[in-house]
Amino acid sequence: MSRVNRFLLPLGGFALLVLLLVVGLKQAPDKGIIVSPLVGKPAPALVLPTLMDPSVTIDAAQRYKGQWYLLNVWGTWCVECRYEHPALLELQKTAGIPILGMDWRDDEATAQQWLKELGNPYDQVVSDKEGRVALAWGVYGAPETYLINPEGVIVTKRVGSMTPAIWEKQFLPLMEQRK
Amino acid sequence: MSGMSSRFALAVLLLGFASLAVAVDKFEPLPDATQQQRYLGLTHELRCVQCQNETIADSPVEVAADLRREVREAIQAGKTDTEIRDGLVSRYGEFILFKPRWSARNALLWLAPGLMLLVGLVVGFNIVRRRAQLLPVDDSVVEEEERT
Repeated sequence: MSRVNRFLLPLGGFALLVLLLVVGLKQAPDKGIIVSPLVGKPAPALVLPTLMDPSVTIDAAQRYKGQWYLLNVWGTWCVECRYEHPALLELQKTAGIPILGMDWRDDEATAQQWLKELGNPYDQVVSDKEGRVALAWGVYGAPETYLINPEGVIVTKRVGSMTPAIWEKQFLPLMEQRK
Repeated sequence: MSGMSSRFALAVLLLGFASLAVAVDKFEPLPDATQQQRYLGLTHELRCVQCQNETIADSPVEVAADLRREVREAIQAGKTDTEIRDGLVSRYGEFILFKPRWSARNALLWLAPGLMLLVGLVVGFNIVRRRAQLLPVDDSVVEEEERT
């Protein structure tokens, strides 16, 4: 092996390693967030009793047939949801599409009290007491917000608080593409 | 301290850990032993999506309990292990599997340890061979020096 190679080979190897790590870091800015395989797929069934009256059942696919809607997963045990709440109230006024709330693994009375105190941004609220529907939707932590198009396909998903900025950057452009 | 009492103290200490270990999964074992075996196998290879470095068997959070229930019910409904894994991957992505699948995208991941070992062997072999060539075959000079 020539003298030059003895320096160039390890140096080249090191450069490759650096390149690999840089690419890896750039491509995973938020590696704790699971990219949902459900984005771009038809929304799973969502048939649940409402929070206000358990004898009334809502089928999301039927209720929002042919229109855009947001599904917001929350719970009174979820601290982040409290921070998110004002943004949802704002969206109710400005977004122009209904928000379906899914109260996840929660106590109904506490949840009703929460909405009375903080205001109700939802078109309807359903209760997923056992967490079965949440599993079908691939929910792994509250709050989570899904955007569903008029064909019933999940267009995007936000894990964590909704904010006006997220709405404008991540959600709104997807709706405007269609117009 | 006598050997007896220190051994007793150790036993008590270890028992404390035992209660920690079993506290997470509150489900009764499945009546069928083979099914219970499969249940344990699957829950130990699926990642809890919320506390991402624990298996769903070890995680105390509610999502993990829901996932365990899902696995249990799927086993009782007669689904195969592959069907159960596929079902969860379709909702949570491949992330939920602690053991990555064999695919073109994952090939590097699986092959990397073998490749690194191979590279190490080749480099090591070369170094040893070169060193062997450096050794003086004739060490009469050394012997000469030792004598003086």
